[in-house]
Amino acid sequence: MARSIKKGPYVEASLEKQIQQRNESGSKQIVRTWSRRSMVVPDMIGHTIHVHNGKLFMPVFVTENMVGHRLGEFAPTRKQAVHAGDRKVKQASSRK
Amino acid sequence: MARIAGVDLPREKVIGISLTYIFGVGRSSALKICDEAGVPPASKTFDLDEAEVIRLRDVIERRYKVEGDLRRETSLNIKMLMDIGCYRGLRHRRGLPVRGQRTHTNARTRKGPRKTVAGKKKAPTKK
Repeated sequence: MARSIKKGPYVEASLEKQIQQRNESGSKQIVRTWSRRSMVVPDMIGHTIHVHNGKLFMPVFVTENMVGHRLGEFAPTRKQAVHAGDRKVKQASSRK
Repeated sequence: MARIAGVDLPREKVIGISLTYIFGVGRSSALKICDEAGVPPASKTFDLDEAEVIRLRDVIERRYKVEGDLRRETSLNIKMLMDIGCYRGLRHRRGLPVRGQRTHTNARTRKGPRKTVAGKKKAPTKK
């Protein structure tokens, strides 16, 4: 079931606080978060958020189109499957 | 000849069906269009007079996004997903299923015909 509109988008409280602090002071310092389930809200636009993918923090630069998606959508948790010795594919995926 | 939104409608069919030959119009929106244009959906397409065709065309132009416009919209939506680098965009880029289906087997609609690898041995069968 979809989330009730009354509640507004879900954002982890700690993450929201950190974003707000940065917006007030105008700093672009990177935010680290494990909260992949948090929704991207307009306040985050222009910030770089490091989102945990289970192993590393993936840098995510938030743009306008990302609003409404969740942070986890931008930090893939799985490695791209590549056959051994499949050089062409490996190069292509590392370029991205 | 009834021509709506750049598509020739089949003459022999009932208008409620004929309208579905337009990309973006299915059965239920076809009936709604007929209703709004005041055309009985069971009338044959070749029986329609010019005024009825114009009314239908008018309703579709005003209220519905069809054919080229609709195709453009969907492809732009997909492009947007790819540009923001979200999971669904990545799946589109790779040509893999987007909505969490399994890819171990099946998924042939997205992946296309099987690419057989030469020299790949069959899995050992159990004794």
